[in-house]
Amino acid sequence: MSTDIFLFMKSELSLTLIIFILLILKVWDGIKDNSTYLHIANFLLLLNFAVGFIYTNEGVLFNGMFHTTTLLVFEKSILNLGTLLISLQAFDWLKTHKHVPEFYILLLTTLMGMFFMISSGNFLMFYLGLELASIPLAALANFDLEKLKSSEAAVKMILLSAFSSCIMLFGISLLYGSTGTLSFAELPALIAAGHLQLLALIFIFVGFAFKLSSVPFHLWTADVYEGSPVAITSYLSVISKAAIVFVFISVLGPLFLNLPGTWYNILFLSIILTITVGNLFAIRQDNIKRFLAFSSIAQAGYILLGLSAGNQMGTTATIYFLLVYVFSNLGAFGVIGLVSYYADKENISDYKGFYKTNPMLGWILAIALFSLAGVPPTAGFFGKMFLVTAGASRGNYILVIIAALNMIVSLYYYLRVVKAMFVDPNESPIPKITGSVTARLGLIICMIGVVVIGFASCIYNYIHSLTGLTP
Amino acid sequence: MTNLTILIIVPLLTAIAVLFCKNTAQIKWTSFIGSLIQLVIATTMFFAYIAERASGNTAQMLFQQRYSWYKALNIEYFIGVDGISMVMIMLTACVVVAGILISWRVETLSKEFFFLLLLLSVGAYGFFISLDLFTMFFFLEVAVIPKFLLIAIWGSGKKEYSAMKLALMLMGGSVFVLIGLLATYFATDTGGGAHTWDLLQIAHAHISLQTQMYIFPFLFVGFGVFTALFPFHTWVPDGHSSAPTAASMFLAGISMKLGGYGALRVAVYLMPEAAQQYSWVIVLLATIAIIYGSFATLMQKDLKYMNAYSSVSHCGFILLGIGMLTKTAIIGAVMQMVSHGVMTALFFGAIGMIYERTHTRQLSELGGLLKVLPFIGTVYVITGLCSLGLPGLSGFVAEMTVFVGSWQRNDMFHRVATILAAASIVVTAVYILRAAGKAVMGPIVNEHFEHLKDATWNEKFASVLLILAILAIGIAPFWLYNLIAPDAQLIMENIARSVTGI
Repeated sequence: MSTDIFLFMKSELSLTLIIFILLILKVWDGIKDNSTYLHIANFLLLLNFAVGFIYTNEGVLFNGMFHTTTLLVFEKSILNLGTLLISLQAFDWLKTHKHVPEFYILLLTTLMGMFFMISSGNFLMFYLGLELASIPLAALANFDLEKLKSSEAAVKMILLSAFSSCIMLFGISLLYGSTGTLSFAELPALIAAGHLQLLALIFIFVGFAFKLSSVPFHLWTADVYEGSPVAITSYLSVISKAAIVFVFISVLGPLFLNLPGTWYNILFLSIILTITVGNLFAIRQDNIKRFLAFSSIAQAGYILLGLSAGNQMGTTATIYFLLVYVFSNLGAFGVIGLVSYYADKENISDYKGFYKTNPMLGWILAIALFSLAGVPPTAGFFGKMFLVTAGASRGNYILVIIAALNMIVSLYYYLRVVKAMFVDPNESPIPKITGSVTARLGLIICMIGVVVIGFASCIYNYIHSLTGLTP
Repeated sequence: MTNLTILIIVPLLTAIAVLFCKNTAQIKWTSFIGSLIQLVIATTMFFAYIAERASGNTAQMLFQQRYSWYKALNIEYFIGVDGISMVMIMLTACVVVAGILISWRVETLSKEFFFLLLLLSVGAYGFFISLDLFTMFFFLEVAVIPKFLLIAIWGSGKKEYSAMKLALMLMGGSVFVLIGLLATYFATDTGGGAHTWDLLQIAHAHISLQTQMYIFPFLFVGFGVFTALFPFHTWVPDGHSSAPTAASMFLAGISMKLGGYGALRVAVYLMPEAAQQYSWVIVLLATIAIIYGSFATLMQKDLKYMNAYSSVSHCGFILLGIGMLTKTAIIGAVMQMVSHGVMTALFFGAIGMIYERTHTRQLSELGGLLKVLPFIGTVYVITGLCSLGLPGLSGFVAEMTVFVGSWQRNDMFHRVATILAAASIVVTAVYILRAAGKAVMGPIVNEHFEHLKDATWNEKFASVLLILAILAIGIAPFWLYNLIAPDAQLIMENIARSVTGI
């Protein structure tokens, strides 16, 4: 028991340690220079990422409150990697920011909340993790302190996440009322097709849908994404979303195994709406952050499509897609962050002629967008292909056809941005941007990921072997 | 030299090498030498293939390689060639060399230009050698980005509209193919609930007629979009005419053939029963495309639009041959793919050369080019004659084979379709001869034309290469026929087996 707690909770403990180190560095006040502090933070995050690969054990702690498996550790590693990349890319922005330590402490706290959420074996633990993950995020959304829009985003976010938590809590209480337990291990067997439980299912799903920003619970996404600083927007769209999906996989799927029909129908509607609405709204956007917000809504629809398969293929495809998504979305946000910081421009029309002045960044953004659109040879192609394949494994071709046709729509709006960068003439394009080495490193890692992961089938096969282990 | 993977690696390495070049001259020479090496390799393989067949190897696919890729989904890197893919590879190699030579004067963003051209060719090579449906689809889609960027950046006219239209329509085709492939994948069963993407294995899996009837339209229409299946041909005129010369050559010469090849190899070969049932629809659409295409060409005033519309008509012959489902017609369809690929590439090349010098493609503003540009004028006339089916050139051989094959279907409907299709050649003759007469012959209409310089060495090299290919098919068609015949036979056997139920 005594060593178990260290091994099983290694990810959480290492995060806690980092938070404390960063806090002490702040109190000690020996580091006057933001860049040194940032380098230390990045180095610690790198160590934290490495921790995910050593001494991975499986087991249960605290009477089933907390559990860990190789798959869960792998999922946490994906989140760690994403956080590291965001931290690298945010270097330029944070270098001149007044509150760097607070940024990291809040950020890592939310990450820890997500870890607890993923590892939870009980609705109580899950809810704790969820709140720990969402409240500091609102503070982070407000991190562009001078901008009014940033505050607006924070308020919207805190109100809506409180609202969605309420709904989810209500669902959980209904579930508790009808079964008498909150443990994930005991719940599935006790769930039958009772009305109360059906209601509970719907409420809990709605709560999740809010966090995942699937239609019709997506309306907060665009405003929050637009108002928040780019680093936080990317964190919201990649890390938060991935964490919620991981919980979705390990909690919601098994929980409602006994209600396959209802479950599938809810997903079916949600998928069609999410993909279509996300895509159609993305066409109309001019602010590139809003644009990516809607495109990420559509991506959430594809993730749900993979989950709707309800089999190992679906789970594997979803986790794989999220890994690819981390690289491709962060690649796009990395460039947008640099442009937003150095040129203070965030509209698609500002990107006209971008390629002439910044060929490298232009290619990175283009490749990242191609990956999001699912065009080969980028990894996004494989990710999306496998999701659609998993979706088709249920034999529901209406869903597959709608999802596939939406790929044309999404190609259109991604190409619109590419066209603006490469083709459209502009009198005063965004001037040449030279990001810091750290930020460029973050972008290069993303590009390597986008190009390599697709061909490295070993990663997919590895995830497949992991998902095969958990029932 | 029978390792097919080289065919993907060489252009890929060339493309990467281009990225490291310092100036335009280096870029051009690197891509030219790379594509020339590729042509040599393809030719060596071509003769190795013939030697292998001559030594009595009757395996369906030669030079196979097979590695597991995505094990959990049974996706393999599985490649191999038969006669049909071998000639397509030869076609691609020739057109790529010619295309790169024709683009010798691209100065703006030349690094990106040649990189994208080479990437486009990687997609084509990969597509033709793949025997795994997933890999095949992967390579089919690889070309989407290069096509879009090539047209949008280096194109002319309403290039942005055309690029977007082409990218979206081709993506639409891919999506249809994707749905069809997924359905095919899940319709196969290799035991224990496992499925396969293996083309050869699926061909022998017994997919029920009902399933086939659902899947076939997706596959055929999907691939059909690529090869200008009526009514999904509308990207062809806009895309081709807005594209820069080399991109038009690649699009019409290679890219459209991906569709024909896919329709034959995937749709018809894997869904033989459904192909029989839907045969009349294909024939109907193909006939409409042939007639519509040739009349639409009559109305065009822009040389590139003329050739683009005539491509619609000529690709109709490919689909007609496939739709007729007789051995001769299928052989004819493949021959038409090769013939049209070479001929149309040369045509776009010639138009590009003319445009580069005269800065106009309007028929009314051209005239007397033969007097000032004897070489280019001759090239234009030769490819025009090939297009209208003059005996001795490749067009005649291919179209004739399609007609003979079609005539073997002896009911009223197919006879009428064949006659209508054959009659379209008259229309072809009208527009080709009129264009050639106006632009190439006749008096010089513009005094500026008198100072124009004739083709440079690179343009001559490219033209002669393609003209040689046209002549090789036109004068001695039997090597091509014999190369394709066994594979067409196999496709026919699959159809026959499905009919008799054995």
